[in-house]
Amino acid sequence: MRTYHELSDPDRSGLLQQITAQRRRVAERLAGVRRIVAVMSGKGGVGKSYVTANLARALARAGKPVGVLDADLNGPTIPGLLGVDHSPLLTPQGAVEPAVSPDGIRCISMALLLDDGAPLAFKGPEAESFVWRGAMEASALREFLGDIAWGNLDTLLLDLPPGMQRYIELCDILGNPPPVLTVTIPTPESRDAVRRAMRAAVDRGSELMGIVENMVGGELKGSAGDELAQEFATPVLARIPWHPTPDIWSALAARL
Amino acid sequence: MKFLCVECDQQMAFGERQLPGDGTLAATFKCPKCGRVVAMLTNPMETQLVSSLGVEIGGRTVPAQPLETVRKMVTTGRDDAFDAAGHNGSPTWSVDAQERLGRVPNFVRGMVKKIYADYAKERGITEITPAVMDTARSELGLEGM
Repeated sequence: MRTYHELSDPDRSGLLQQITAQRRRVAERLAGVRRIVAVMSGKGGVGKSYVTANLARALARAGKPVGVLDADLNGPTIPGLLGVDHSPLLTPQGAVEPAVSPDGIRCISMALLLDDGAPLAFKGPEAESFVWRGAMEASALREFLGDIAWGNLDTLLLDLPPGMQRYIELCDILGNPPPVLTVTIPTPESRDAVRRAMRAAVDRGSELMGIVENMVGGELKGSAGDELAQEFATPVLARIPWHPTPDIWSALAARL
Repeated sequence: MKFLCVECDQQMAFGERQLPGDGTLAATFKCPKCGRVVAMLTNPMETQLVSSLGVEIGGRTVPAQPLETVRKMVTTGRDDAFDAAGHNGSPTWSVDAQERLGRVPNFVRGMVKKIYADYAKERGITEITPAVMDTARSELGLEGM
């Protein structure tokens, strides 16, 4: 009996071609974006979204066209942090226009699409939904990248949720691992969790742009930022105190 | 995915795709030599796994629409999340599609029009064409509409 590759007629479903077309769509849509930066951490609660939003504001203040893709599909917070309202998104032919913050930051987030307070839920069989839910979320991320009219941007910041899953999906969708900005808090627990994430990013081939140590100067003790910087030979780009002033974010934006 | 008629050693040709509405999918394939037809039936989880990738078994008849998966598959979405610019959220009808709709008997035309319009709106399709109608008919089991 002949095998798949020995059958010369094309596969009518063209699944491979459909996947290729999806990737081409992403590449074409992001052609006007100078750089993509994934803001990530192996640990939750360290302030990734807070850092992302304030970094975006600082870049915008510096006159850079900037976008933020909220890749935390299940816990989206970026619109609130950027002051984006929930006006309906415009859908001109072939694309969806991103929401725009008062600072001019282009933004897409599941928070703009979900009912207030509703969790992200998909149509589909409930039993064993873990089998397909990850693929569905990856598709949503792909559509955020490929179907939003990002236009010409200096920087597109991707606010990733805790853990590594979304980062891995992102690498697959983009084809190239994106540069990574790592966020940690000073504690040893954060250091250990963030180390794993940074190791995974290095293993995947991402450039480590640097570390942002958040929540510095309060009750949290430790030197996670310096330790990780030394271990991975990457700079600590900013130490963010509990009540940062705009100049701290501007300094971070300048160093990025 | 390809189907081989082992007896004839011929690759079978895709016939049609049906979505009965219970989460399953049926796709038929026919041997061009002996005419034998087989149906591939997928269970809800298999069907879901394929659609979660944003691909269509049997190939696409309508180009992918922006945020298609999000619009079609998210059940907790806002009703007013999107505003089709200039269309007030409702899809337009191509001339060919309008002619075809005109052939639907008067007494059910409104209902049929709404079914197609809802189908298109749910998927972010801004223009209903005969190809969109064919796809909707196949997926929704509307043979004869």
